[in-house]
Amino acid sequence: MVHTSANGAPTRITQGAPTQGGIGESTLRPDGTLKVTGEFAYASDMWHEDMLWGQILRSTVAHAEIVSIDTSEALATPGVYAVLTYDDLPTEVRTYGLEIQDTPVLAHGRVRHHGEPVAVVAADHPETARRAAARIKVEYRDLPVITDEASATAPDAVLLHENRTDPHAAHVPHPNIVHRQPIIRGDVEQARGRADVIVEGEYVFGMQDQAFLGPESGLAVPAEDGGVDLYIATQWLHADLRQIAPVLGLPEDKIRMTLSGVGGAFGGREDLSMQIHACLLALRTGKPVKMVYNRFESFFGHVHRHPAKLYYEHGATHDGKLTHVKARIVLDGGAYASSSPAVVGNAASLGVGPYIVDDVDIEAVALYTNNPPCGAMRGFGAVQACFAYEAQMDKLAGRLGMDPVEFRRLNAMSQGSLMPTGQVVDSPAPVAELLRRVKAMPLPPEQQWLVAGEDADLRQLPGGLSNTTHGEGVVRGIGYAVGIKNVGFSEGFDDYSTARVRLEAVGGEPVATVHTAMAEVGQGGVTVHAQIARTELGVAQVTIRPADTQVGSAGSTSASRQTYVTGGAVKHACELVREQVLDRGRRMFGAHHPAWATAELLLEGGKVVTDGGEVLADLVDVLGDEAVEIEQEWRHRPTEPFDLRTGQGVGHVQYSFAAHRAVVEVDTDLGLVKVIELACAQDVGKALNPLSVTGQIQGGTTQGLGVAVMEEIIVDPKTAKVRNPSFTDYLIPTILDTPTIPVDVLELADDHAPYGLRGVGEAPTLSSTPAVLAAIRNATGLELNRTPVRPEHLTGA
Amino acid sequence: MDFLRPASWEEALAAKAEHPTAVPIAGGTDVMVEINFDHRRPEYLLDLTRVGDLYEWETGEDSVRLGASVPYTRIMENLRTELPGLALASHTVASPQIRNRGGVGGNLGTASPAGDAHPALLAAGAEVEAESVRGSRRIPIDAFYTGVKRNALAPDELIRAVHIDKADGPQQFSKVGTRNAMVIAVCAFGLALHPGTRTVRTGIGSAAPTPIRATAAEEFLNAALDEERLWDSGRSITPSVARQFAQLCSAACNPVDDVRGTARYRRHAVGVMARRTLMWTWESYRGNARTMEGAA
Repeated sequence: MVHTSANGAPTRITQGAPTQGGIGESTLRPDGTLKVTGEFAYASDMWHEDMLWGQILRSTVAHAEIVSIDTSEALATPGVYAVLTYDDLPTEVRTYGLEIQDTPVLAHGRVRHHGEPVAVVAADHPETARRAAARIKVEYRDLPVITDEASATAPDAVLLHENRTDPHAAHVPHPNIVHRQPIIRGDVEQARGRADVIVEGEYVFGMQDQAFLGPESGLAVPAEDGGVDLYIATQWLHADLRQIAPVLGLPEDKIRMTLSGVGGAFGGREDLSMQIHACLLALRTGKPVKMVYNRFESFFGHVHRHPAKLYYEHGATHDGKLTHVKARIVLDGGAYASSSPAVVGNAASLGVGPYIVDDVDIEAVALYTNNPPCGAMRGFGAVQACFAYEAQMDKLAGRLGMDPVEFRRLNAMSQGSLMPTGQVVDSPAPVAELLRRVKAMPLPPEQQWLVAGEDADLRQLPGGLSNTTHGEGVVRGIGYAVGIKNVGFSEGFDDYSTARVRLEAVGGEPVATVHTAMAEVGQGGVTVHAQIARTELGVAQVTIRPADTQVGSAGSTSASRQTYVTGGAVKHACELVREQVLDRGRRMFGAHHPAWATAELLLEGGKVVTDGGEVLADLVDVLGDEAVEIEQEWRHRPTEPFDLRTGQGVGHVQYSFAAHRAVVEVDTDLGLVKVIELACAQDVGKALNPLSVTGQIQGGTTQGLGVAVMEEIIVDPKTAKVRNPSFTDYLIPTILDTPTIPVDVLELADDHAPYGLRGVGEAPTLSSTPAVLAAIRNATGLELNRTPVRPEHLTGA
Repeated sequence: MDFLRPASWEEALAAKAEHPTAVPIAGGTDVMVEINFDHRRPEYLLDLTRVGDLYEWETGEDSVRLGASVPYTRIMENLRTELPGLALASHTVASPQIRNRGGVGGNLGTASPAGDAHPALLAAGAEVEAESVRGSRRIPIDAFYTGVKRNALAPDELIRAVHIDKADGPQQFSKVGTRNAMVIAVCAFGLALHPGTRTVRTGIGSAAPTPIRATAAEEFLNAALDEERLWDSGRSITPSVARQFAQLCSAACNPVDDVRGTARYRRHAVGVMARRTLMWTWESYRGNARTMEGAA
């Protein structure tokens, strides 16, 4: 207890109380209860008086010239307020894009993929808007469809984008290649001579969808100043703004964006979806316009994970040391660039995996085709490579007669190792230890479907309650995998975040307010920001302001970067606020106690305390009536681009590692798989919120399982049309498909990162898939070079 | 779209007679999907949810009269003993929420080859009670499925109930899907032993344009069981008989390649399910036979 004199200075000093709910605690999500009880307002729940509904008309074909568009019947439909096509766009800027501005807001003379937006309608009822859109007559003249590398790079191939002027146009070998990145280190030809064993493989990775549950949605409200207020579910408000403003012909400050409730993202909201369309309709009609995709449209409304073909050659000596890796990774970027160039950079630079290899020759390319556009998804290029190099590692171990885990451990990188890009891994890289840990975990009991005295527990068997086996044909398999993922934006990108932190006394309590533009998409940033503020400012109460563009950019909620970068910005802003508060305290109370001048001072439990724990003042007394507020940008260490010829360069900010052991039961007669357990060990540097960390790891693991055994967007190779745009036929794991996921979290600090933390969200998505594949191979003895595995791949039927 | 809401069965029949294009809706688990996807825009929807009779079932001496709208959940919970095959099939329908709404009448009305109830109904030898203002009739399940998503109902008829004999022997149902729950069948198989008539009946789903029976397989197996006097002896079925039965079941299929699976896989999987369900039911029959001998 602190007694104060008339002038507010403490007269007697006692021990202060620690701050509750700071970093390292599993504080609960502020939106958690709302979400599980169905009370949370998602973007699709928004409503405005007098609002209209927007509807996009999308192309029914993958590649065609647009001969004509007749909107007259749609416009004549009662209740329709506007029908817009390319010709109605208000400025000369009519395309957008994350890296290359090649995506038309509305198709101009040509459509390049199935489901491309052609026109947009506003009406007073969603059904009216849909029907009116269906009355727009579009005449197409089919063009030849480009669907793979051969058709894309044929000498006479139709060019997806003519007269390219983007930064990659000059160095790509063909205009239908978005970007090419080689990584060349050492001399593979020479190293091959040292190899006692060489294995080759050709791998195929299917097209995965992010399958976030809250479809694309937003509400655009025209403002009296001629601008527009946009409420939107997105991953990066300021990147949206940068792309929207020139198309609307408005200065950025006239487009006020606020994040609305986001129902998952996983990369699928990095690109614009309906943002510009809703704004155009709102500005045209003078009325608020809401747009919500249904699930069918959502499959066409965002980019997917790049499907890939990967060709690998690995060599090793008899004693199990890798000699070289040669690889070619062909990613299908679809009709527009999206983030394909960065995905190429990742696939190439991380293409060897977390192993020490001196001689490397990798080439990664992304194609332009008429397939659905592909871009960001959790794991971002590293996923496809991990699937292939881990299959190769098992193959090599098999040929060498070595245990697959021991073989990996023998070649595992560690702190100080060199990446094939020449970058030194200068923070902990406990690859061997993660593998050791997952292998050491106890195995689930054999035949655990057997229950004494009762019928088999079908839920533990492949096929589950569909009752396809009572144990017949069931073989267990065990597989391992480990992966490496970069954290943060790479290749020289200025990847900063901004935070505004305010500290003030409210009703006799010190209260911190944190304002960032960080998109909370479910990852838990809002939880962590409050924890950081409590730890740094020693307060119990933290208010998180809604994310909007009234504060500087927080960068993207992707690349496992938000806790690191926006968390780092919040920490930094808190430190600056703390300095000001302490300065003020010194001025006000410095004369009363020598420790103000001599000791290291902290804010803890609402007090100013010395590092020895002595309380010097109440925070509210120091704050008085005057709040302290600071907005600051914060940056992690800079990176540099990869050399276009050799791929050398300090391209990545930080690396993260996870290892998995998968245990599967395979019905070898029917080709059905039940994943029994997916154990994961991951180094997270520092778990700011251990519960959230476990949740991220389990979620990432499950998303990796999905693409191992079921998730795939099937595109017709003749027409480039999507065949399964629904949750009826695009299957994601249910709870009965989700195994037990024991998680072992390591906390080896990265001294370069705030609190030593390491981005968590993506690494588990990498190794989960190859671990499941390895387990299925172990059970069946089949080669299995493609994912997802379908029943017919396991039965040969 | 007009929404017709009859308060009674008689009103429902009258409405259907007046508007033969009206699409009946009860649980809505098929119809609403079609409407939401805009695959279908019926002029009239005929809401049967106020016809309470459709949600009831009666267990008679030899058979169960199952109201068309009895939810799958009720079948699983209450009719496991009388209708074990259908109860197993009901358990594989979608999710708990959908099983709380959907019923066999909807499966029959839609007549999709992928409907989960069909193989069990075929194997049990059910009869569909159809009615119109003109009168009531019973359609044997074998004659009910007439084409892809087509059935034997006249335009003015509604499904009132399904009559299914109480199981007089073991029944099984298996369904292959590419995930372990909430999945549309890649293919499915139902099998029922009928010791009373010394016959075996089958039902195959999602492996032909309509749900079908593997008639040749049944005939082969009935003859083999008869010839080797297995119904009496309670001996095991030889592997060669089981294998041939499975092959004939595969041969009965006329499947397609689609996003859910290949034709070749479907044929193969039906064979595996046929062999397994035969072994499960027969071993269960033998066990019961032995128990009965012991009791005597």
